[in-house]
Amino acid sequence: METKRIVFVGVGGQGNILASRLVGEACVAAGIPAVVSEIHGMAQRGGIVETDVVVGDATSPIVSSGEADGLIGFEPSETLRALNKCNENTVVITNVQPLPPFTVAIGQGSYPDIDEALDLIRARVRSLISLDGNELAEKAGNPLSLNMVMLGALVGSKVIPLDEGALKETIAKSTKQAFLESNLKAFDFGVSASRVG
Amino acid sequence: MHKLLEDSPGKEMLLLGNEAIARGAIEAGIGLASCYPGTPSSEIPDTFFTLYQEAGFYFEYSTNEKVALEVAAGAAVSGVRSIVTMKHVGMNVASDALMTMAYLGVNAGMVVINADDPYLFSSQNEQDNRYYARLSGLPMIEPVNAQEMKDMTIAAFDISEQLKLPVILRTTTRLNHLRGAVKFGPKREIKAKGFFKKDPFHYVAIPAVSRKLHKLLLEKYNQAWELSEDSEYNQIIGNGPWGIVTNGVSMNYVQDAVKDLGIGEKVTILRLGFSHPMPERMIEKFLSSVENVLVVEELEPVMENEIRSIAQSEGIGIPIKGKGDGLFPRLYEYDPGMVRKTIASYFGVSDATPVMVDMSEVPELPGRPPNLCAGCPHRAMYYAIKQVYGPEAIYPSDIGCYTLGVLPPLSMADIVICMGGSVGSSCGFTAATDQKVVAFIGDSTFFHAGIPALVNAVHNNHDFTLVILDNGTTAMTGHQPHPGVDTTPMGVDTKTLSIESLVRGLGVEHVEVVNPLQVKKAIAAARAAKEFEGISVIISKELCPLFARAIKKAKKARPFYVNQDKCKKHMDCINLLACPAMYIENGRTMIDESLCIGCTVCAQICPENAITPLKK
Repeated sequence: METKRIVFVGVGGQGNILASRLVGEACVAAGIPAVVSEIHGMAQRGGIVETDVVVGDATSPIVSSGEADGLIGFEPSETLRALNKCNENTVVITNVQPLPPFTVAIGQGSYPDIDEALDLIRARVRSLISLDGNELAEKAGNPLSLNMVMLGALVGSKVIPLDEGALKETIAKSTKQAFLESNLKAFDFGVSASRVG
Repeated sequence: MHKLLEDSPGKEMLLLGNEAIARGAIEAGIGLASCYPGTPSSEIPDTFFTLYQEAGFYFEYSTNEKVALEVAAGAAVSGVRSIVTMKHVGMNVASDALMTMAYLGVNAGMVVINADDPYLFSSQNEQDNRYYARLSGLPMIEPVNAQEMKDMTIAAFDISEQLKLPVILRTTTRLNHLRGAVKFGPKREIKAKGFFKKDPFHYVAIPAVSRKLHKLLLEKYNQAWELSEDSEYNQIIGNGPWGIVTNGVSMNYVQDAVKDLGIGEKVTILRLGFSHPMPERMIEKFLSSVENVLVVEELEPVMENEIRSIAQSEGIGIPIKGKGDGLFPRLYEYDPGMVRKTIASYFGVSDATPVMVDMSEVPELPGRPPNLCAGCPHRAMYYAIKQVYGPEAIYPSDIGCYTLGVLPPLSMADIVICMGGSVGSSCGFTAATDQKVVAFIGDSTFFHAGIPALVNAVHNNHDFTLVILDNGTTAMTGHQPHPGVDTTPMGVDTKTLSIESLVRGLGVEHVEVVNPLQVKKAIAAARAAKEFEGISVIISKELCPLFARAIKKAKKARPFYVNQDKCKKHMDCINLLACPAMYIENGRTMIDESLCIGCTVCAQICPENAITPLKK
């Protein structure tokens, strides 16, 4: 089976650890080999959270620089920071809602212009899907469902060999009833956004 | 029923590496588990904590790793299978007990889980604990994936019982924190109670006994060596002329690289999973079958040196390389691309690794270091101390969230060595300098290793202030309880120790407990401590807001906002507190109401009283 290497980047609290775990669980349920890598510890302290998902026959749990087939960025400046994971064939999916780090507030750096950042990414990879994930999450009725939007966009982009139904089943299994409808809605919004993007 | 307690052999589940170890321990029928939490090992005990009562074994968060290892030892000599978990630097603390437990041995399986942290994702150093196996003479095994983390935990108990020795299972961060498919096996019945049969001339490590025991350990070492020769976790894979030796997570990188480079026919891989003692005969066989060898191991050249020594004693002269010579570094962790490139260049094959995009035009991005949370009481205490002691005082700090105080603008950590190191080093600073010294230590860290150092400070008349940052939990590693935490709400019956009574009991004459969120009172406490000659202790007591939210004890408070009509842009709030809820927009200070928890500290220090609660 062909190996697909996916990198998720985001900021603590955005839910990318859960998103990558759901991809892993959906793969196991579908009989597709998968290994997921997480870095814990700083997630609740506003730091960067990177998770890697390797689907297929490879057994290494992490993705090296230049080797991602898909980069899923939950925050635009973090997508740009993780661009080193990409090569000319990478599909990049990014949320465009900025979440400036506190270092910007205390004058230790400036936040990049988002349009310029998107142009820069677009010029270097196979395709860029950009979407306002937070807005779609709000529209789905749960601002915390950004991770479901991003997951939907990943599945819609067809970078990994998982169909919508398989992931929805996994989401249904691990979501509290109260959030299920909004999570599935957010997921669908992500799928559609990846098609027009 | 907890998902990890299911008696469903053959069931497959995606598990975190640490959960796989916990499941392995359950399948092995452990009767006792102990630990001190520490990244990347913490989810093992945290998993035990969620299920031990249902499972029927004994579990505790111990005060430190040495105590934890001794607790496990007591069970193991009494015939109860025990497991103890710790991060690599925890092994330093536990090592005193470990070294002699290797002499005493065990009567039921005892497994020491040791989690190394290459690249220092969350640690103060990058030590390679494979040396502890060499130092103690104990067997060490190293899994390569989630399935093996479960299976080898069980194997470790069997090896331990065959040899009557504790066995060290070594992981690295990438293994602890990967998720992979794990197939469940059958569960052995839990035996939670044993019986300690007295045998003082075996268990009392006085010189006459230990001379005998050291000899016994060397005999067991030879038996372990035989087990290693036959272990299913030591494997020679393939029969090509190019030799590759590897262990742990690197095994995955090697396998993927060999596949990507299409050199499966050309290589022979020697995978060492029972890595101490090394299977010398197997290694000799491997060395005789290949033309040259590349050793792929993170951190120190442990296998490389030992294999070279075996080659020398067998008169085998083939090149054996690993570290240096443009090959692998001794620093940080490896990754699949690095291993692929190095294998390609060492064996002279072409490498089709994709090329990273051009990053030259990517603008410099603002840093996003982890930060003390909005409303964190540590920030408030740092503010108060700095107001009184100024930037000139020496601020020894310790291991925990509060170490993040090193970042500007707080800049409130000048030296961090190890757990408890703030208090001990302060004794040295006061003896060897005339500078003012204020040490910071967290509550859990104080219990772990701060107490003996504080005894030292009192006894030897040192003159400094110790601030115990008591946020009611072990925050950094994931909110585990400690001896000062009332665990009844968690359904656990433990006694709660008062840090204040403890400190007074140690003979500290100036002790003050203060809520750091009350800025004036905190500053007054700092002043009083500064004026006091001798050792003074301030206990800065306020719950970690993340923990408070988790246990539903968070105070209901409205978020604050900056009244722009009143704000005269002193920017004290931003420049002195650097709370992540604050930001600047068009030159104006703003508060993100979704992050602000209403701790009121910024409002208390604003010279214009411009920060007030948001109206409903």
